[in-house]
Amino acid sequence: MKCDLVVVGAGPAGSMTAKVAAEAGLDVVMLEKRQEIGDPVRCAEGVSKAALKKLVELDPVWISAEVKGARIRAPDGTEIVISEDRAGAEVGYVLERKVFDRALALDAAEAGAKVMVKTRALGLLWEKGVPSGISAQFVGESLKIEAPLIIGADGVESKVGRWAGIDTALKPKDIETCAQFLVQDEKIDEEYCEFYLGNEIAPGGYVWSFPKGQSIANLGIGVLGSKANSGMPIRLLREFVKKNFPEGKVLEMMVGGVPISGPIETTTADGVILVGDAARQSDPITGGGIINAMRAGVMAGEIAADQVPKGEVGKGELMIYEKRWRETIGKQISRNFAVKEFFVDLTDDDLNRLTHSLDGVNVAELDLKGLLKVLLRQNPKLLLKLRHLIV
Amino acid sequence: MLTVNRYKCGYCGACVGVCPAAALELVDTWIEVNDDCTKCGRCTKICPLGALELVKEAEI
Repeated sequence: MKCDLVVVGAGPAGSMTAKVAAEAGLDVVMLEKRQEIGDPVRCAEGVSKAALKKLVELDPVWISAEVKGARIRAPDGTEIVISEDRAGAEVGYVLERKVFDRALALDAAEAGAKVMVKTRALGLLWEKGVPSGISAQFVGESLKIEAPLIIGADGVESKVGRWAGIDTALKPKDIETCAQFLVQDEKIDEEYCEFYLGNEIAPGGYVWSFPKGQSIANLGIGVLGSKANSGMPIRLLREFVKKNFPEGKVLEMMVGGVPISGPIETTTADGVILVGDAARQSDPITGGGIINAMRAGVMAGEIAADQVPKGEVGKGELMIYEKRWRETIGKQISRNFAVKEFFVDLTDDDLNRLTHSLDGVNVAELDLKGLLKVLLRQNPKLLLKLRHLIV
Repeated sequence: MLTVNRYKCGYCGACVGVCPAAALELVDTWIEVNDDCTKCGRCTKICPLGALELVKEAEI
């Protein structure tokens, strides 16, 4: 099989890349190793309304719920509330990823991309020292797909980059290890996404509740890899549910790893571009990855459509992609990485103190950046190290 | 050697993402371990369900 572009992985990053490239006239093949696109879910499914609207036409079938804002709870129980569309990229909609991912893949297919499920990439094909395609397994049968450019949209467990010589291995401090239950409980707040902080609740991470309607929510936990031990996320999540939602009915269990490494050194190689979680483009503070993945996918798709017809797909010629994503989504990823590096080492006392310092401040009027500014003003000593990032 | 409890594993691929030797692979609902595994144990610590374990050869 021959084509212009092979996309490995049919999540939001891969499907956006495939769609944009196919719309521009490239002959695109997108591979998904799973039998079902979008399932199993490994995500809290929260996404910014405004950001999503810019990327795709909204369809109510893949929106589970709309939320007004976020509520952050300090270890001592103190709460701050942040209003909708100002809490960063994760407040707005809670999606149904199983439906959403499939819809995006269908968009790509309708634009002309060939989608192949239960098709696993096994390695790169090489010709004269540069990648010339993908060797794959299609429902157990071997398959070779020749293409001048390969997109690695293969998620947290990405292999495409490694095959091309990019070391994408995450250090324990650069991953959040997560577990999540879909829980039904009358106590679920249906209007707000909730974040519970504390070193006992979730070391180097947080517990979240993202409502999906009908008293159902994604109730999950992220623990910093360097503070975790074997099975810690599921153990702490069970404890949290037992304590806070003792009557909660668990309908689904999900697990996953979220890259929080900040921008990695390189996301391109000769004939290869990485996008989304494979490029470690998820947000180091919130863990949100959908919007960044989709935006990177659009950039990669456009660049593929420009470069492939010219035959200019060497690492140097793909610098345009590095430049474009680092100057846009990369800036916030870098800043939030530095903020995260600082926050993960705060004690519960520090977290309480920071929350108390917002007493009397109208936080409903602030976004994440504004919130950090106020925190800095109220706690100049404690947050001294963050000064250069925010002002 | 590294063992994977397939009955515990949630096949999320987090272990694959942290493996410095690229010795792990997520295939459908199971994790494959190849000979490049250096038994560093990184994957065992970050597994959200505790499905991975390093065991001494003699115990198997």
